[in-house]
Amino acid sequence: MTTTSTSPGTSPGKSPGTTSWRGVASEDQDELPEKVSILLRERSRRLLGDLLRPYRKQIALLVAIIVVSNAAGLAIPFLVSVGIDQGIPPIARGSGPSTLLTVVGVILAAAVTQALTRQAFLRLSGKIGQSILLELRRRVFDHFQRLSLSFHEKYTSGRVISRLTSDIEAIAELLQSGFDALVKAVLTMVGTAVLLLILDVHLGLVALIPLPLLVLFTRWFRRQSVLVYRRTRETVALVIVHFVESMTGIRAVQAFRRESRNQEIFRQLNDDYRGANASGMRLGATFMTGIKLIGNLTIGGVLFYGGSLVLQGEVTPGVLAAFLLYLRQFYEPMQEVSQFYNTLQSAGAALEKLSGVLEEEPSVPEPRKPQPLPQGRARGKVCFEGVRFAYVEEMPILPRLDLKIPAGQSVALVGATGAGKTTLAKLISRFYDPTEGRVLLDGVDLRTLDEPTLRQAVVMVTQENFLFSGTVADNIRFGRPDATDRQVREAAKAIGAHEFISGLPDGYDTEVGKRGGRMSAGQRQLVAFARAFLADPAVLILDEATSSLDVPSERLVQRALRTILADRTALIIAHRLSTVEIADRVLVMDRGEIVEDGPPARLIAASGRFAGLHQAWLDSLSS
Amino acid sequence: MPPDTHIPRRPLLSSNSLWRMKSYLRPYVTRLVFIWLAAIVGIGAGIALPLIIERVIDGPIAHRDSGGLLPLGLLAIGVGVVEALLILLRRWAQVKPVLGLETAIRDDLYKHLQRLPMGFHGEWQSGQLLSRATTDLSTIRRFLGFGMLFLVMNILQLATVTVLLLNKYWPLGLLVLASSVPIIWTSLRFEKRYIRISRQVQDEQGDLATLVEESALGIRTIKAFGRRHYVYDRYDDAALKVYGTSMDKARLSAKFFAFLEVIPNITLALVLLLGALAVGSGALTLGALVAFTTLMLQLVWPIASLGYILAMGQEAMTSADRLMEVMDTVPAIEGGTGTIDKPRGHLRFEGVGFRFPGADRPVLHDVWLDVSPGETVAIVGATGAGKTTLTALVPRLIDPTDGRVTIDGHDVRDLELTTLRSVVATAFEEPTLFSMSVRENLTLGRLDATEEELADAIQTAQAMFVYDLPWGLDTRIGEQGLSLSGGQRQRLALARAVLSEPRILVLDDTLSALDVETEALVEEALRHVLRDATGIVVAHRASTVLLADKVALLRDGTITHVGQHHELLAQVPEYRELLAQDADLDDASEGALR
Repeated sequence: MTTTSTSPGTSPGKSPGTTSWRGVASEDQDELPEKVSILLRERSRRLLGDLLRPYRKQIALLVAIIVVSNAAGLAIPFLVSVGIDQGIPPIARGSGPSTLLTVVGVILAAAVTQALTRQAFLRLSGKIGQSILLELRRRVFDHFQRLSLSFHEKYTSGRVISRLTSDIEAIAELLQSGFDALVKAVLTMVGTAVLLLILDVHLGLVALIPLPLLVLFTRWFRRQSVLVYRRTRETVALVIVHFVESMTGIRAVQAFRRESRNQEIFRQLNDDYRGANASGMRLGATFMTGIKLIGNLTIGGVLFYGGSLVLQGEVTPGVLAAFLLYLRQFYEPMQEVSQFYNTLQSAGAALEKLSGVLEEEPSVPEPRKPQPLPQGRARGKVCFEGVRFAYVEEMPILPRLDLKIPAGQSVALVGATGAGKTTLAKLISRFYDPTEGRVLLDGVDLRTLDEPTLRQAVVMVTQENFLFSGTVADNIRFGRPDATDRQVREAAKAIGAHEFISGLPDGYDTEVGKRGGRMSAGQRQLVAFARAFLADPAVLILDEATSSLDVPSERLVQRALRTILADRTALIIAHRLSTVEIADRVLVMDRGEIVEDGPPARLIAASGRFAGLHQAWLDSLSS
Repeated sequence: MPPDTHIPRRPLLSSNSLWRMKSYLRPYVTRLVFIWLAAIVGIGAGIALPLIIERVIDGPIAHRDSGGLLPLGLLAIGVGVVEALLILLRRWAQVKPVLGLETAIRDDLYKHLQRLPMGFHGEWQSGQLLSRATTDLSTIRRFLGFGMLFLVMNILQLATVTVLLLNKYWPLGLLVLASSVPIIWTSLRFEKRYIRISRQVQDEQGDLATLVEESALGIRTIKAFGRRHYVYDRYDDAALKVYGTSMDKARLSAKFFAFLEVIPNITLALVLLLGALAVGSGALTLGALVAFTTLMLQLVWPIASLGYILAMGQEAMTSADRLMEVMDTVPAIEGGTGTIDKPRGHLRFEGVGFRFPGADRPVLHDVWLDVSPGETVAIVGATGAGKTTLTALVPRLIDPTDGRVTIDGHDVRDLELTTLRSVVATAFEEPTLFSMSVRENLTLGRLDATEEELADAIQTAQAMFVYDLPWGLDTRIGEQGLSLSGGQRQRLALARAVLSEPRILVLDDTLSALDVETEALVEEALRHVLRDATGIVVAHRASTVLLADKVALLRDGTITHVGQHHELLAQVPEYRELLAQDADLDDASEGALR
């Protein structure tokens, strides 16, 4: 094999400034849809409606409260103008401050009303918002857990995590700060416009002349902001990925002197992010200035025009004062809206992604009418009947498989990578459903068993064993949450893990550190074994489960396995033939088909593939 | 983000860390001066507008002088335009220093983190570091870029307007001044409680995030045991906690914001009352009263935001502390100055010991081992015997706590890190792939590798599958790209190590995830590579041991035996036990005879 690489474009070492280092991948599924708009797509709207529905009554109440609150707030400048126009002349005439006192009393009442209703609004909206958030968290989490492994393998854990953290937080941000600001801004603007017209139609119309300009300007801003926002999200995502991967992979970075190249890439990404941020800041600055300018011009215009109206006696000085106060109120919330627009956009995008996730159907659904196992408890007879399985239709992994494993038999699967061993295991544990045919446990189709029954009956231990935060005991107990401390210990003893666990600083109560902390791969594997043993399934599947153990540990496990497997069905996939030895029966697989089948001794005695593999293995040991 | 256990709880307003960031602003001094000037003039323009209104009402309107209206109206418009322009200029000018500061600190942080050794990274989760590079940095940026400016502007505006009001009609001025006291006091108190509760929400969200992370990374295990409900319940408890605290937070701010609005309105009512009385008695003009109310309303935001900005400042200080805690960590592993012109690859461990900080027992002690140039040594030992630690000492991913490691007679600590790490390459058991092209993943630190060298390394590691990927060597792999199997990943890690053409090649159980046939092919190819290079091979299997010229048995943290494979097999029972050859053979023949 020589250089058959067909690299389009760059060769390494050249053009470090470009993004060729990222390589090519199929379309990024996380990219924002082409048209991010305030108007959500249908599925998002449906989700939103669904989430809001239980709170219909509270929302109606909320609307009532906010209207009262705003009315009270907006009334105040109007009352001030009344105070000036109606209250001052009597005093000047010497007929006492009674009118003024009444007006002041009303202002105080309005102020208190506004404060109380506002507090009520904030509390109620906070409560609704948080309840919706809780519901959303629960739904999305539960849905992810329901979705099949095939989904998770495609979707990747990183994206699951960001859906449940940053996306939910984007919505939380909107509910916490943005929502209040938006409602307030809209109501204030509408209310003010109406009031201005009521106060004086003439002057009111003049004051509202810039409105169309404002609308056009805001629309321009919104369009620009969509573009800038997307660029910011994309650039920051790259910064974060590069940062996190450099830190999690720091060992490789340092061992291979990757630092300077990394720094070069990081600087470039960081700079792109700076650029996107700068456009955002400039856009915001332009928008806010524009609003301020329009506002100031209007105030100046109203002052001039209103002043001449006062001179002509058509408008009172109080009304002019009220106008000037209202115009301030009119433009201020507009400035906030610009900042809040990003919050709205990210929440919209987040909702879009979450609703997408919630629309995914588990490819391995739970049965609607679950069937019980005969005798209520699994015995462990496994049958494959005409099973075909393919990820891609043209390239079946298993073309057609018929296999019977009697209850209690230990079966070893042998074959090269890609022969279909793991697929077989995944079908028995129903991580996948067969494309055709069926897999039966004690004569019952796996698809008709409910999850608790199936998982109690079938447990799979793989090479990658995840330890959860918590103590070692917690992690073993994961196999059976109601197990006592003694049962946990006994499981560990049976599997040969007791000794090393006792040697840990706090024994069974040692907190498992950062993803398994300072435990070696082999030690983690032993914990995983103890966990599976404690679960006590009728069918135990070991997929390369012993490969990261050293030989003494593996032998320990193998000895334990002889007892553990005595009364249950087992499927053992192993590269190491020493593990295969303990099986009652060996299946040699090749391209999805079983090519040899029999007890290990018989296969060794014959002259098939297994005999060959075995001989090679013996040779490797004795050389 | 995961909960942070590293926040140093310092007294309030310890501005030290934040102050140290000022050097990042140095390149922008002229700009900053301009920004401040624009801000101050802008405040003046903002105050001028109500005063013009006063003139209009008391002048042209009171005296029915329509001629005086036009110039004042134009003046108002002029001032309005100037105010808007100043805002634009100031905000545009702010972009560079604000983002420059953030970008430069982030670059430096990244650079520093890359220099910090494994020991540091083992204790800090990447999420904690990321939150410093993003959240904390944004907090600092917001305060240094906007908060500080607003703080000074607000105080300035407050002082000017108060003086103006006092000057205009002191009883009303006094009233306004008095009304600001409860606002400031409540704001400060509120912000303190608000920060505390916000931090609690953050911590609880961190716990929630940890559970999310586990539920995603451990999905296979959860599914295998059918523990969906168990995991959900754990998550739900944490989510309910977040809900509860968030509700407390919402209640707290509801109370505060309502209070914040009621005080100015009550003051407004009182100003109107007293002001109108004063106008009636002729102590105040009508225009002055209107100006007064407008000015007063202008003060509400600066006063109210004072608390907010101070809180922001406090947060920025905490963030700066958190950032500086990392930046101040001195890299425990610094390169020396020595270089080796023509490395031969003579590796020696001289009485090496290693103990994790705070651990009772050392992982390694009194390790003596001599590996001649070109020789390959297999390290054999039980799980937890310290094999991985031993291999990490050679490229100085960690440093020994006793003794020394030498290459060609140089203590590795005296060598430049780049020199050292170009002499040594390691293929790890758990290979790290980055979300980049295959090519970039393979070349890593050796950007000058040619296509031929690349192809050779791929061939040696039996990683020809890369040519079949959709875009060949340009296919993106890793978390954000195509996912590969364990065996494929290990072969790439191996290719990566081979490509860097080291004098010393360390294989840390690199072949564990390969099937028997591939392993045989890889071993065959490795034999060629190891013929020239010095090799350290961590091995579990007899077949891997056979790559080596001699074997070192690591037991309880020290090397107890060194010798030929067959010698050790014959003489050392522990070794026999570890490689299990005899026993396995017995079993095998037993099986064959059955």
